[in-house]
Amino acid sequence: MQLKRKLTGALSLASCSLLGLPSAQAETPWDVETTIMYYGGEDGRVSALEPILRMKKEIHDDEFLTLKFTLDSLTGASATGAVPSDQPQTFSTPSGNSTYNVAPNETPLDPTFLDTRGQFTLGWDKPIERNLRRNLGFNVSKEYDFTSISGNASWTWDTNLKNTSYTLGGNIELDSIDPVGGAPLPLSSQNNTPILRDGDSKTKNVIDLLAGVTQIIDRSSLVQFNLSLSLADGYLTDPYKLVSRVDSTTGQPTDQIYENRPGSRQKIALFTRYKKQFGNRDIFNISYRFMVDDWGIDSNTIDANYRWRLDNGYYIQPGIRLYDQTAADFYRYFLLDTDTIPDNLTADYRLGELTSQTIGIKFGYSGSKNSTWSVRLERYMQSGESHPDVAVGQLINQDLYPDVDATIIQFSYGFQW
Amino acid sequence: MSDFSISIDKQISKGKFRCMASPCEVLIDSRNTGLAHEITACAVAEARRIEHKFSRYRNDNPLYQINHSADEFVELDDETERLIAFAFECYALSEGLFDITSGILRKIWRFDGKHSIPTQKQVDEILPFIGLNRVIHENRRLKLPTGMQIDLGGIGKEYAVDRIAGLLRDQYEPAILVNLGGDIAITGERANKDPWRIGIEDPNHSQQASASLKIGRGAIATSGDARRCILHRGKRYGHIINPKTGWPTAGSPRSVTVIAGTCTDAGIIATLAMLQGKYAEEFLQQQGLKFYCHR
Repeated sequence: MQLKRKLTGALSLASCSLLGLPSAQAETPWDVETTIMYYGGEDGRVSALEPILRMKKEIHDDEFLTLKFTLDSLTGASATGAVPSDQPQTFSTPSGNSTYNVAPNETPLDPTFLDTRGQFTLGWDKPIERNLRRNLGFNVSKEYDFTSISGNASWTWDTNLKNTSYTLGGNIELDSIDPVGGAPLPLSSQNNTPILRDGDSKTKNVIDLLAGVTQIIDRSSLVQFNLSLSLADGYLTDPYKLVSRVDSTTGQPTDQIYENRPGSRQKIALFTRYKKQFGNRDIFNISYRFMVDDWGIDSNTIDANYRWRLDNGYYIQPGIRLYDQTAADFYRYFLLDTDTIPDNLTADYRLGELTSQTIGIKFGYSGSKNSTWSVRLERYMQSGESHPDVAVGQLINQDLYPDVDATIIQFSYGFQW
Repeated sequence: MSDFSISIDKQISKGKFRCMASPCEVLIDSRNTGLAHEITACAVAEARRIEHKFSRYRNDNPLYQINHSADEFVELDDETERLIAFAFECYALSEGLFDITSGILRKIWRFDGKHSIPTQKQVDEILPFIGLNRVIHENRRLKLPTGMQIDLGGIGKEYAVDRIAGLLRDQYEPAILVNLGGDIAITGERANKDPWRIGIEDPNHSQQASASLKIGRGAIATSGDARRCILHRGKRYGHIINPKTGWPTAGSPRSVTVIAGTCTDAGIIATLAMLQGKYAEEFLQQQGLKFYCHR
């Protein structure tokens, strides 16, 4: 097994205590990791450039402070939920101040989507007793129409000679949503002039609870189980998403109405992971997550990767992630103009039935803590039912659930400061 | 009782003795023979005390008591408690590579110069009795599962060097170099500011020093298999065994010398470097300490 850490700081603290000497410990350095990630959506979809700065420092013996700064800049267009048509279509921008056109047989995308998000995360991990650690965290995130503040705490208790660890944690998040032009009145038509509004600012809060156990099986493998519960309450609607109402014979859109989601969501997720090291070198990691919520969405995620260690501190790590989910109960591809409008309704593809596959490879160097780097390349492929049975008229020939493909490229560089 | 000898060489007086199966010496930055006697006697007494207390060849010390406690808690005195706590720290820091329960591998690995290595079956039979995580250490007590043993050989000599240097530093003005069989600590800078010169043995030519090292402060420890090894079918098996596999790490250097603040730190880092095999230099570079690595 290769040791990759600088041990001298903690070691001299221990030996000073052994020898009854005052600790002559030099101040420990910050471990700094800089990352830049590019997410490139295809067909004009959202692309993101995300620089991340992560800093970690041992402030006292076995007590760590972590700071993370993230900046996201998004460009491109996002699917609004409206159906395509064989005729040109005109939509209002979210502010209601202008319009944009969508060509025949094109998926309606909102081209005004442009955003920058800044995020700061603080973590403080401290041993509070011999076998008990406490982690406190704080997070603030800001984009032009969204502000989020959250705080979390977790405790990890090691027992059974540190072969078994139990974790209990919770997170409280308070969000404020200030949609461009104000929140549209749910289920109202975009054709109203002016667009009907339902206040300027909305809030939501989320409480997450987690219980977990990690069991070391033998010298080279471990297994982990987490059960988590998430309770969200408040404005969970996406103010920019539409649902098309269509003529029940021709399938031509007759109206676009704003979506409306329930005012609460409860999710339960079970996560399990198995990790094994082979011959003190390579590491295999596989995890499975099952999530079920009261919106009717069930999802499964399988994630596996294998870190293959090469000589001289280099490694190569192929990975695959498979995901599928069922649609929310209130998801519709569209609504017929003869249908009554249900209380809750969305055509957001992210709440539809979908499967996705991500394959990726990472190549890196971790031979020296003072200079580590990695390059990650991933391909994300998402698909759903493009031609559902419910399609009528011209919609039969349209792609009602276009694939979303993206390429992810990430560079990381780590050093001590 | 004269179990040490004193000589004077230029500006330095030297006290020589044997302890822990090794040649030992103290070098004193003074020509005062009386002082040299006193200092050497002090060093000898402390070295013998530690050897007596933590030797695995005695049946009247705390180590014997722990190793024959058969799954019962044993109360630890202050010093033993500190050593055991330190060993646990090292175990955690090294992710299990530094393990004071690994001494029982000596039952199958005999570095007596004879050309024999154990079979994998023999190794597999011993491995279940190794693993400091199976030893309970709480409230100044230790409980060792039946069949397991602890051995402080991996830190005892370095600890003794640091203890002696500490005692001498507190009591005596002149700078002193303490050397127990190649593990060295220095109490301070010499009066004329000259560094101490120390020869590092080349494991390939054991009679000649391959490098002369100058240090003004700090400590040195060496881990190596110059003398203690098994040659089997042309392959060299070093005496530092990986407690996780029961085998010496392939591709280890012949010897590693590390300079650190204390001899204890230097010794641990040198031992861990040996266990890193071909990654020894990489590991050492990462530690930011001065080192010499012989291949």
